[in-house]
Amino acid sequence: MNYSLLILTFFPLIGLPILLFLREEQKNAIRWSALLVSLVTFGLSLWVLSRFQPEAGLQMQIDLPWLNIAGIRVSFQMGIDGLSILLVLLTAFLTPLAILSTWESVTEQVKGFMMFFLMLETGMLGVFLAQDLVLFYIFWEFTLIPMYFLIGIWGGARRIYAAVKFFLFTMAGSVLMLLAILYLGLAGKSFSLSELATNRAMFANAQTWLFLAFAAAFAIKVPVWPLHTWLPDAHVEAPTAGSVILAGVLLKMGTYGFLRFNLPLFPQAALSFAPAMAVLAVIGILYGAIVSYQQKDVKKLVAYSSVSHLGFVMLGIFALTPRSLSGSILQMINHGLSTGALFLIVGMLYDRRHTREMSAYGGIWKVVPVLGALMLVVTLSSAGLPGLNGFVGEFTILMGSFASPVLNSPWFAGVATLGVVLAAVYLLVMFEKVFLGPLTHEENRTLKEITPREVVVLLPILILIGWIGLSPNFFFNLISPSVHQLTALLQAAAVAVR
Amino acid sequence: MNLTLTDYLTILPAAFVALGGVLLLVVDLFIPQNRKGITALLSAIILAGGLGTNLALGGAAFPAAFNNMIVLDGFAAFSNTVVLASGLAGVALAFQYLRRLNLERSEFYALILFSTSGMLLLNQAYDLIIVFLSVELLSIPLYVLTGLARTVNNSEESALKYFLLGTFASAFLLYGIAMIYGATAHTNLPSVVSAITDQKANPTLLLIGAALIVIGLSFKISAVPFHVWTPDVYQGAPTPVSGWMAVSVKAAGFTILLRLLLMAFPSLSTSLSAVIGGMAALTMILGNLLALVQKNIKRLLAYSSIANVGYLLLAFTAYSNPQIASDALAATLFYLVGYGLTSFAAWAVVTSMEQAEGRGLEIEDFAGLGRKRPLLAAAMAIAMISFTGVPPTLGFWGKFYIFRTAVESGALALALIGLLTSLLSAYYYLRVVVVMYMKPGEPEVTSDPWVNLLAYASAAGTFLLAFFPGSLLDVAARALIKLF
Repeated sequence: MNYSLLILTFFPLIGLPILLFLREEQKNAIRWSALLVSLVTFGLSLWVLSRFQPEAGLQMQIDLPWLNIAGIRVSFQMGIDGLSILLVLLTAFLTPLAILSTWESVTEQVKGFMMFFLMLETGMLGVFLAQDLVLFYIFWEFTLIPMYFLIGIWGGARRIYAAVKFFLFTMAGSVLMLLAILYLGLAGKSFSLSELATNRAMFANAQTWLFLAFAAAFAIKVPVWPLHTWLPDAHVEAPTAGSVILAGVLLKMGTYGFLRFNLPLFPQAALSFAPAMAVLAVIGILYGAIVSYQQKDVKKLVAYSSVSHLGFVMLGIFALTPRSLSGSILQMINHGLSTGALFLIVGMLYDRRHTREMSAYGGIWKVVPVLGALMLVVTLSSAGLPGLNGFVGEFTILMGSFASPVLNSPWFAGVATLGVVLAAVYLLVMFEKVFLGPLTHEENRTLKEITPREVVVLLPILILIGWIGLSPNFFFNLISPSVHQLTALLQAAAVAVR
Repeated sequence: MNLTLTDYLTILPAAFVALGGVLLLVVDLFIPQNRKGITALLSAIILAGGLGTNLALGGAAFPAAFNNMIVLDGFAAFSNTVVLASGLAGVALAFQYLRRLNLERSEFYALILFSTSGMLLLNQAYDLIIVFLSVELLSIPLYVLTGLARTVNNSEESALKYFLLGTFASAFLLYGIAMIYGATAHTNLPSVVSAITDQKANPTLLLIGAALIVIGLSFKISAVPFHVWTPDVYQGAPTPVSGWMAVSVKAAGFTILLRLLLMAFPSLSTSLSAVIGGMAALTMILGNLLALVQKNIKRLLAYSSIANVGYLLLAFTAYSNPQIASDALAATLFYLVGYGLTSFAAWAVVTSMEQAEGRGLEIEDFAGLGRKRPLLAAAMAIAMISFTGVPPTLGFWGKFYIFRTAVESGALALALIGLLTSLLSAYYYLRVVVVMYMKPGEPEVTSDPWVNLLAYASAAGTFLLAFFPGSLLDVAARALIKLF
């Protein structure tokens, strides 16, 4: 039995007793211990990476019996493969950065904040590692609770509305998924993902409904248009660190869910729903881009840009080619990095000026050139400039979808390409309004330049942005064996249909 | 008729508690007015003694005693444990509360003991006459207890309402028993069963009788449409009484309902399952919908308890299938434990919040509790999350098992209603959490060691047991073997 994944998942919880031991006034001690715990967790994730063998499929598996309901086991089953390794790394990478970003922005109830943050990290890691449907569901639902509190207690003016909306929307999808899981457990006589995937003939006659029930939960999380309305509220009201994790990791739980459950469990349904899902994805790409363009609030703009960017990921998933799937997985990481960084910078501006209206800025490059330069790189990465990470992901997805036999039409990729252009428009306009032009507001003249701590927060992300942009093969090599396994399975299903 | 030792042992838990109640009334005369804490302590000792006897005898597998009138099988022993534990919790809730709100009367504890003995007897009933007697034994002290807060008008009103509707329900129950007797010429469960299997029973009378019994018991467990008394009574009764009856009466009621339907009337399952399924759907929907608009926390918890009854009723879908029935039985017992722990966590916090003249019971009064009393607020938050059915809590596993049984029996629509109404419930449960943590305020809270202990222990149980649901389920699954 290999306990490494169990240790990785639950390590953040070690912080809870430490934090409980500290007094509320010892704010710095609380912050440093939380940071340290999350850094060690990141170290553990690198250790897992060092032992990861891309060719080996699902590995480092652990399977502890948990309970037994009338002969059907629910087990504590975890494993990691190419679909999840990068997301696990992303989670463990973004959490310490998000914690470090709160030094000055979270000053009230720091202890509670850090405790919820560490709980959230365990929940997210568990979602990406769980290989048993019930275990997955537990982690999936559990992530709601800390995020709900993070938004509701430390969020902006409309935080309560946003927190409750976030909770209810996500739960609406989850209850349908739970029903599907219960059905699967009875029809397939197991809750283990691998066993169910092997025995999928046992529930093949219900797979349309099962696919839709799972898709409801995941599509709300992604969010797929038209289920996205919770997202702008939650992102805008969440504290910066919360937005980073929300955009960086939580949304990926949705796209990851499609990859991990919908495709291998219901391949035929996935094939028949692929065009419909791709249409929604393309609508999301365009809709997100157009709405982003119209925003006056920077944070809202970034929030809507997520709808657009994740549309690409969804398109890549349902193009169902090895290339588009690999691109999608990489693009999940890219989006986590660029959007995370965008939220961080927006948060830094907000800490200084206490407004996110673009009209309150303008021409501040002259005052804060370093921050401006960093912002430019991040903006271009998000817009998909060649040489940076966003380009690699989007280009791979578009290439893959263009030649997709399942979608069987170049129009999906063709229209989606418009989204790339639009992204450049709204992002660069945003950059121009905030950083370029004449300095229109007197109070911006005294804006504080980026602090060393803030540089430390952004620099690791920028390094990765460049690394993925210049040599993505290191990352693709981690992903592709698992992707090929998945597509082989889909191909077999397609043949079975014919 | 020869009575043997096993006869007495079988009835020992109930008899112990009832006799303890009688003795307590006498002993109490000699306890000075300012030392009534001793009475509370004695009642707790009696309940603990009952719990001890029940646990000691529970595994003994005695044959049915007193000519098949009383049985102490694993199933009854499990429910007895729940009832006795909630009796202890009720005493813990009441002790300081009664003194604080000037309601202290030592009869209170004796009444709790009498009512508890009625519930124990109901759990163990093996004869319809015993069912009726024990329902009355549990109800009459309860009528008095709900009216105990004489200074509050609500309390009198609630007691009267409960009494009138309760008697009405008893009449249904008795009439149903008479019908069954008419159909089978027996009141004794094994004889009723054999009369039915030998096809000596008149099917129409049997069906009418069973339906009337179901109606009578539905009043007691407050299933829609027989729930109308619940919010008023829970609001008007002293808070410890509401919390205690929300758990114990429902536990005993479901125990006997399961025993009667699963054991005596599997032949009627086609008609009864459909009706009870409809009631379950109505109860889930109405309970949750009406909870949405409540402003008073006691009314909210009353409607929440109704909604929970709806989930529990899912156990009766397709109960004639032995495999599904045994799964459903285990799931129900498991759910009752989760529901009990969650409820006591919530009611303990409410008891701490209540101030003189019923102040502190609006949901808005909880504003700021998260900062003022973090542990108490955490207990309430865990309770709310557990009621919603979000992991990792016992409430989640309870719903998981119950809905699983519903899916297993093919009642997908009912499971879907259950899941969607859980979503609805998230809204009102979250509102309590929102008010506690996200609204500023200076709530008035009492710090009562016993109530605090109960809140923390129940919340911790709700949370920690969720990591080891298997062991609890195994106990529940073993508890039912002797039923069949």
